[in-house]
Amino acid sequence: MHAEKEIHFRDAAAKALLDPQLRANFRRAMDGLIAKRLAQFPDPRDLQDLRDLSTAIRSRSLLCLPELLEQLEASCAKNGIKVHWAETCEQANQLILGILQAKGAKTLVKGKSMVSEEMHLNAFLESKGIEALESDLGEYIIQLDGETPSHIIMPAIHKNKDQIARQFSQKIKDAKYTEDVDELTAMARKVLRQKFLDADAGLSGVNFAVAETGTLCLVENEGNGRMSTHVPPLHIAVMGLEKVVARLEDVAPLYAILTRSATGQAVSTYFNLITGPRGEGEKDGPQEVHLVILDNGRSRIYADPQLRATLRCIRCGACMNHCPVYTRVGGHAYEAVYPGPIGKILTPQMEGVGVRHDLIHGSSLCGACGEVCPVEIPIPEILVRLRREATHEDMGSTVVGKGTGRTASEDWAWRLWAGVLKRPALYRVATWFATRFGKALPASAPLIRNWTQSRTKPVPARRSLSERMRAEGVSHE
Amino acid sequence: MSSPNPSAPDSRTAILGRLRAAGDSGPLPALDTAVLERRQWDPAERVTRLRKGMEAVHTEFLDAKSDTWPAVIRVFCEREGLKNLLYGPTSEAGSALAAAWAPEGPQLKPYDRPVEAFKQELFGDIDAGFTGTVGGVAETGGLLLMPGPAEPRLMSLVPPVHIALLRASTIQDSFWSAVKALGWGRALPPNALMISGPSKTADIEQTLAYGVHGPKRLIVVLVDDLK
Amino acid sequence: MNGTKPKKVYFYGTCLVDLFFPDAGMAGIQLLRRAGVEVVFPEGQTCCGQPAFNCGYWEEARDVARTQVALFPEDLPVILPSGSCAGMMKVHYPELFHGQPDEAKVRAFSARVYELTQFLVDVLDVKLQDLGEPVKVTWHSSCHAVRDLGLKGEPQALIGQLSNVELAPLAREYECCGFGGTFSVRHPEVSGAMVADKIADATATGASVVLSTDGGCLMNVNGALEAKSSKLKVQHIAEFLWERTRAR
Repeated sequence: MHAEKEIHFRDAAAKALLDPQLRANFRRAMDGLIAKRLAQFPDPRDLQDLRDLSTAIRSRSLLCLPELLEQLEASCAKNGIKVHWAETCEQANQLILGILQAKGAKTLVKGKSMVSEEMHLNAFLESKGIEALESDLGEYIIQLDGETPSHIIMPAIHKNKDQIARQFSQKIKDAKYTEDVDELTAMARKVLRQKFLDADAGLSGVNFAVAETGTLCLVENEGNGRMSTHVPPLHIAVMGLEKVVARLEDVAPLYAILTRSATGQAVSTYFNLITGPRGEGEKDGPQEVHLVILDNGRSRIYADPQLRATLRCIRCGACMNHCPVYTRVGGHAYEAVYPGPIGKILTPQMEGVGVRHDLIHGSSLCGACGEVCPVEIPIPEILVRLRREATHEDMGSTVVGKGTGRTASEDWAWRLWAGVLKRPALYRVATWFATRFGKALPASAPLIRNWTQSRTKPVPARRSLSERMRAEGVSHE
Repeated sequence: MSSPNPSAPDSRTAILGRLRAAGDSGPLPALDTAVLERRQWDPAERVTRLRKGMEAVHTEFLDAKSDTWPAVIRVFCEREGLKNLLYGPTSEAGSALAAAWAPEGPQLKPYDRPVEAFKQELFGDIDAGFTGTVGGVAETGGLLLMPGPAEPRLMSLVPPVHIALLRASTIQDSFWSAVKALGWGRALPPNALMISGPSKTADIEQTLAYGVHGPKRLIVVLVDDLK
Repeated sequence: MNGTKPKKVYFYGTCLVDLFFPDAGMAGIQLLRRAGVEVVFPEGQTCCGQPAFNCGYWEEARDVARTQVALFPEDLPVILPSGSCAGMMKVHYPELFHGQPDEAKVRAFSARVYELTQFLVDVLDVKLQDLGEPVKVTWHSSCHAVRDLGLKGEPQALIGQLSNVELAPLAREYECCGFGGTFSVRHPEVSGAMVADKIADATATGASVVLSTDGGCLMNVNGALEAKSSKLKVQHIAEFLWERTRAR
């Protein structure tokens, strides 16, 4: 029972490694982000206290999730925000299309939203004749090239300014070629300002939704989020159902740790709290605000007490910034909406552990991700859990594709491994042979061949430690 | 408002049903907010911290007194060659500014119509917007704003320069303490926000560029009212 | 240990040290003995079970782990010359045996596990006298020693005691060398890129030896250096410390 159409991270990663420009772009960017984050947490005690508090807040939110979602819906309704529920991306897309069509909207300007990437909303709307334009500068850059984000916070991080300069000069009307970042930014500003002005609707994600007050919190630096949510007459927000927290007070520490972990900023330029459409007497702001709450597999993840921790994520991206694998292969090699360590645990849970078996194993389990995660998601532990799920269908879980990564050869290998190692006498014989004849193993033997791509073949010592200790003949018991 | 979501009630029931079926697992963990409570400074230190934090992200400060701030703004507008300044005529800060404003030189423009009748002018012809604030945040630097009928949302966003009036006495220790002090946790207007500097991006090679979508400059007129 | 230094400890060699770095194991034992501790090396040691555990084959891992736990019945510290194997036994055994009939027994065992340098510094408070020639070394911290076990500079403190040794800081010291057990053969390209960067950083320090406390890292970095015919050598910290401080 093997998974169909397994996606091989190894192949895409190997290809990415051959691009020196890509590797240089990521290395430089990640080194910078690591240093900036570190500078934001000079006191390890403060950092740990803030992580503990943030983790507790997110855990509490998840424990009360159904109640909080209902409370959020009621609070939003009181504020005039219309709430919609979608089990699948397809449903969410249809809901949004319906809202847009009801208002006769033909153009949608978007603030940054990873959930909308998850839904492939842009392609869907384009197919229905509605223009969906990304306005976050990074998202705008990749949309011009028909690419997907390579990082959840910095979507165009794989590109350098020469590449962007070429792209702008070719794709923006009347644009001249320049590598000056201020000039490039000014070009995008000019194009997008007109789009904000003309757009029939705006779409945004949600960083935190506050149940008690019915407030949608948006974190951003550029102001495109405010433009998208305040200028057009219609604002649609989309969020994963895990984004809700109980009180606005709870948002303060989450916000503090989010910006510091993500980009090493103590504070973002804007922290925007939206609690309703244009109010009585207000002269601007959207006339309608809609909130689409998306499940897309989250409620299934929620059902598992260990895997539920995945939903604590506040999408800061620190795990990818610190990941030695991500740093080398970049985001596109993951062939998934969410790359990096969080993607490595989220994607297989959404798509199936069998089709993503290779991705689940694409980690050295070094633990850097878990160490920096602001909400202490045990990413390495969850990876190991998913490795178990991929090869065992009898774990009693709700994991998609469980057992479909199982192969007879791997089963056999581990049985053999245990068979030898649980029998010290057998192990003794095996090591005796290894120490005497290990040298003779050909470097082209399976697995050894992979090892020797970058290294010499390991040669066992002439006598093992156990053998020498036996010869010493003392202190044995 | 018609409801264009045919499958919504079913989805809602199904999603909440699945979440409920999962059951909770364990008691609610305690919230230890000591790390937030440690963030305390005396009023003068708050001013210093706020200023340092905001200047680090290119916010500019103009020092003023309770009776001089309209003149300070005027001098700034003249110096920078701003031809007009958008203000909210019925807001406290806006009406005080208007009362002290001389008719010649930079023009005060009232934001007194719905945006539908004002969009082109707002995006095309306004040099700067002036707003009050409801406080500041010392820990990280930041201004707290509550846009509304008297001070529309786009005043602090669309014009290339945003001038904000901040009274030193209203600066809170942190965003957390501000939420409590302003009662935002109980009730919020349709829009409230924190602003720490001019609009910026680092999406091109991690190089900071200011003024990507929102204001290119943020000017804080800091009124020293601590004594 | 309640402040008193134990008189007797168990030594667990680990499979990689057993087979590839026996000198490091011997050196670790000698360092303990010189500190006045009797070292018991039970027969029947094979592997802590980490490879199967990490790959999701927990039943197989448990089968092996059980035979190993049974070798250490007495209430004595268990010392390992490897960060990741110590991490496995100390931190992950309780996970592996969660809900098993012998969970309590395994937990009691796990509580007695120490990585060698941690034990030398934190428990034995050893003092070293350097008898070697001047040398420049660099330190590669094992991910599991730091992140699972929470080592807080114990190896560096030991190196720091050696008057003729200069410790050159390794750029991105806390970044993984790319070993990761089966990761190195399942994803050889990424793993290879990681170790290539690691040896480039190590070479840039100008040191003549890279030290580490983990058999996996040593094997990986050594293999990559040899493939490049580098002059830079790797050595297990126990072997390095013992060679420089033993009376000749």
